Amino acid sequence: MNMISIPPRRARGKVHVPTVTLAHGGGGKAMKDLIDDVFVEAFDNPLLTPLDDSARIDLLDLAQYGDRLAFTTDSFVVDPLVFPGGDIGKLAVCGTVNDLAVGGALPLYLSCAVIIEEGVSIDFLLQIARSMAATAQEAGVKIVTGDTKVVNKGACDRMFITTTGVGVVAAGVELGAHRARLGDAVLVNGLLGDHGAAILGARGDMALQSPIESDCAPLQGLIASLLNAAPNIRFMRDPTRGGVATVLNEIAEAAQVAIEIDEAATPLRNEVRGFCEILGLDPLYLANEGKIVTIVPPDEAEQALEAMRAHPLGRQSAIIGSVVAGEPGRVTMRTIFGGRRIVDMLVGEQLPRIC
Amino acid sequence: MRYVDEFRDRTKAEVLVKEIERLLAHIGRDQSRPLQIMEVCGGHTHSIFRYGVEGMLPKSIELVHGPGCPVCVLPMGRVDDCVAIAERPEVIFTTFGDAMRVPGSRKSLLQAKADGCDVRMVYSPMDALALARKYPTREVVFFGIGFETTMPSTALTVLQAEREGIRNFSIFCNHITIVPTIKAILDSPDLRLDGFLGPGHVSMVIGDAPYEFIARYYKKPMVIAGFEPLDILQSIWMLLRQIDQGRCEIENQYARVAPAGGNAVALQAVAKVYELREFFEWRGLGSIDHSGVKVRDAYAGFDAERKFAVPNAKIADPKSCQCGEVLKGVIKPWQCKVFGRACSPETPLGALMVSSEGACAAYYQYGGIKRGRDDEASAA
Repeated sequence: MNMISIPPRRARGKVHVPTVTLAHGGGGKAMKDLIDDVFVEAFDNPLLTPLDDSARIDLLDLAQYGDRLAFTTDSFVVDPLVFPGGDIGKLAVCGTVNDLAVGGALPLYLSCAVIIEEGVSIDFLLQIARSMAATAQEAGVKIVTGDTKVVNKGACDRMFITTTGVGVVAAGVELGAHRARLGDAVLVNGLLGDHGAAILGARGDMALQSPIESDCAPLQGLIASLLNAAPNIRFMRDPTRGGVATVLNEIAEAAQVAIEIDEAATPLRNEVRGFCEILGLDPLYLANEGKIVTIVPPDEAEQALEAMRAHPLGRQSAIIGSVVAGEPGRVTMRTIFGGRRIVDMLVGEQLPRIC
Repeated sequence: MRYVDEFRDRTKAEVLVKEIERLLAHIGRDQSRPLQIMEVCGGHTHSIFRYGVEGMLPKSIELVHGPGCPVCVLPMGRVDDCVAIAERPEVIFTTFGDAMRVPGSRKSLLQAKADGCDVRMVYSPMDALALARKYPTREVVFFGIGFETTMPSTALTVLQAEREGIRNFSIFCNHITIVPTIKAILDSPDLRLDGFLGPGHVSMVIGDAPYEFIARYYKKPMVIAGFEPLDILQSIWMLLRQIDQGRCEIENQYARVAPAGGNAVALQAVAKVYELREFFEWRGLGSIDHSGVKVRDAYAGFDAERKFAVPNAKIADPKSCQCGEVLKGVIKPWQCKVFGRACSPETPLGALMVSSEGACAAYYQYGGIKRGRDDEASAA
């Protein structure tokens, strides 16, 4: 038998209705009960439980990790709410944790603001809150403050979540897209486009059955070992909406350099390739939720690759290209066929509302 | 990936490019008077850009990107009609994704959706029919668009709806036919083309016989081509071989998919449901006789044009657009006065900037810009 210590939990059962109603957003007892039964129940930690208007964090405590505060926010409106490989709760934690981590910060605290459409079941809400809690634990962060709003039917699509995150950047870590230099290597930590393809497949409106799971994962661990192995790393970004193509264009633009990637070196799952072939999509523009694109000086590229591959979330890491001499701001791809093409910014969405 | 990677083999491509260079030298063409080959189909244009095929070819050959993108050549007036239908409160308007962005004179379908119309993206007309079954009190309209490639699936859906007795389903028919269009291009006085790559997926339906007149009367060779980059290179090579040997024939490179006789079942469904229109309006090319089809009287109940009064207004193309000249290979996309300035994928003025398969959008997106401008600079 596994001996795990179970933290003391509040007794559940103050909410006696099966679904969220407008009363749960009214600021009265019903709301307090909902918060207790769902969010406090799932997130339970000493900074949250006083349920004051704000969480107060000790500055000396923060300062032990570095010399700069990192602060970010993101909203999540994914459809469907539960998809292969994750759900909106996991996504809301990973998204903000990863935004902090790619900036070189150690992610520490999150807020969680939820907008709920009346009629959502309490059990489902609790399932999402627990998913957030489990992901937060995996990411080493605490959810310390939050907000709950309930809106009329039709005013939102079941549930929107906004998370804000606070982290600390260690002294000496300097990252920026403008730091990319001629000869730098471009790396990714694995198979691209899984999240975008999983979401499109899960919507079920294209009669395509696919086994593709979202890559949604918190990356602070992988990024810590990467920073350790390649201390002069120039820049990282998580290629979420807009995919790798968009991130590379942002880097090329910011640093006024040209970037060339090699199609043959770009890691793609066969299922994602097939999915894109059928629907006429380009996987380079599909969203990822557990990936980073990083620019590394040439003399540290191999050790960076090794460190990434040693991490469970980076087994299929690859060097996909480099910063080359060419028209500043331009991203090109050496195609598998031996030709060369421009990889531009997407004008609109390939398909609307992926995450 | 099987049946895909084989057709993207780099070493085979290198062999073909060498052979193409050899043939071109033998034919005696160089950069000062390049051979002009038109790929009729937007699917080819897309592959050519996607794999960088154009840049692999010698400069003594020039690819002209033809009119075969049905989304691009749809005139503004028809988009206005779509919007007018979609604006009816009882209507669920269903469409292929790419058609959502095409600008009308008032708005695109994407804007109509944002303004509250029930516009839904589908991947097949059968999905639209499923919506009609699901919402019996609504009117589901499918935006039928495309050449002979998509014509049969719309026809079969109409036949299926009739069999099931579904009355709240109709199609807004904008299907067009490729042969009169190629003929219109061949008849234009400023024509310079030396040969054609034929649209493989159209031939999958109609076979290769309807193209015979191109070789016989206009003395231009054609190769019906597949859509993978090796298909395209091989088809160019076959075309050059014809030119080199002084032959002028309709050859089929895409026999693995497109049989010589086409698809009899598909053709039957097409003949049953549609008849030719006297003329149809094309963006960039103007009115072309017998270039579109409409729903036959027997299926009038499934014809959105009859079911709902559509404005059917003619809207002239913007004057500054030179789409027609680009389509015929008279000028290159970047030589158009408004290319990349007033006309870009964000704010398309002309047909060819509208869809990602349009020649101008492909140049803009995949980077003919630089090549084109460099060529012009070095020529000046």
